[in-house]
Amino acid sequence: MGKLTIGVFSSLVGSLSLDFSVKLAEAAIRKGHSVDMWVSGNATMLSKKGQKAFKDYSALEKKVKELFATGKFRATTCEACAEARGYHKEDTMEGWKRHSMDWYLASCFSADRVLHIGGD
Amino acid sequence: MATRRLAFIVKSLPYKTEASRLALTHALASQSAEIYLENGDMVEPVLAFIGDGVLNCLKNQKAMNIYGVTSIEQHIRIALFLDLKVLICKEDIEAFGISEDSLIMDAEELEGETKAQITPFDEIKKEMESSDHLLFF
Repeated sequence: MGKLTIGVFSSLVGSLSLDFSVKLAEAAIRKGHSVDMWVSGNATMLSKKGQKAFKDYSALEKKVKELFATGKFRATTCEACAEARGYHKEDTMEGWKRHSMDWYLASCFSADRVLHIGGD
Repeated sequence: MATRRLAFIVKSLPYKTEASRLALTHALASQSAEIYLENGDMVEPVLAFIGDGVLNCLKNQKAMNIYGVTSIEQHIRIALFLDLKVLICKEDIEAFGISEDSLIMDAEELEGETKAQITPFDEIKKEMESSDHLLFF
């Protein structure tokens, strides 16, 4: 089985690219692959805890927690991008790590495939 | 010991979104990726500016004066100072009527030696084909 690295840069609300990325991660894990997810720029909001599920907006916190529970999902948020948005370590959802951008490049190094999903 | 080539393809306009800045900051992060890798392993970035992305390479940007943020120009010069390979699509600068002397071609004020290269798109395609992963910004 392979390792997929997904880098996402789109916002949580305002585009469905993060929804797509999470669905893709779920499908890959279901097939037996492992997934690294990197969120940067506006996508860092995916890693923020306390997201409220409204029917009119994307709500991905529950799905991400399910992915962590598989043990085949690692996810890291860009620390500088988060801090620049006033979102601090204590606001981070359980399971996420916060690192600088070199984490993503190192993950790409060992990935069988990289899907880089650009921002808005 | 292994090296993986990552191609950072920048096609976004400067300042309109965060994309081109993130391309540069991610490419520069290749300098410290080793902390997560086995001994001797490394990532080798190549930065290529194509389409609207070539406008990131214009000289004399005033982002600090106007927005109070570092300019894309500063990031490109740091990339050159750190000897990253920087390619600027020849056909696209011609399409915009941009001459070489309007472009950021070096990091001389930082005493860097590496220069940006104005490169035909066919050559950029070859760089993309020889890279392990493509990251479009």
